[in-house]
Amino acid sequence: MAEKKSEIRYLAPQTVDVKKKKYCRFKKAGIKYVDYKDPEFLKRFLNEQGKILPRRITGNSLKFQRRVAQAVKRARHLALLPYVTDMMK
Amino acid sequence: MNQYETVFILTPVLSDAQMKEAVEKFKGILTDEGAEIVNEENWGMRKLAYPIDKKSTGFYQFIEFNAEPEVVDKLEVNFRRDERIIRFLTIKQDKFAAEYAAKRRNLRQSTTEEV
Repeated sequence: MAEKKSEIRYLAPQTVDVKKKKYCRFKKAGIKYVDYKDPEFLKRFLNEQGKILPRRITGNSLKFQRRVAQAVKRARHLALLPYVTDMMK
Repeated sequence: MNQYETVFILTPVLSDAQMKEAVEKFKGILTDEGAEIVNEENWGMRKLAYPIDKKSTGFYQFIEFNAEPEVVDKLEVNFRRDERIIRFLTIKQDKFAAEYAAKRRNLRQSTTEEV
């Protein structure tokens, strides 16, 4: 019976997980230095509370994650970024 | 000789002239110690991300200089002694930072020439 195959139906179409490949935006764009003087740029790597986002979310390579963290900490010291906050974005 | 950059925040209670005088004082300290000032930027009055000494604004000043490492110690001692300075940060530029700083200088130069 060839028809039996089509009897199994799914409510939602089966999604074949195509994982979006994460990439390091610094490597891709060829940025070599993360500047602490530019808080608007650094905000991309913070959550709403001003915490540094982990690598598994930003996709940064280890090298640049370290540099981002360093830059964020310098910016916080100079009051360009807050240490703690709410609803930053 | 190393390349350094420093950012310091002056209290907002100063008048414009007083602020300039304070900046000149620190530039004087640097040049007296044999440092060569490469670039300086006055970012003006900015809002602080969090209050420092119960103040919510401050004058930001940025200076790039070439100097011997001992000069930085002397500069920072003077920062600590001066009560007009509410925050400061001095960093040594690594090769990437130096490259970036040179690019930034050129960019600023070209924009000021156009205006």
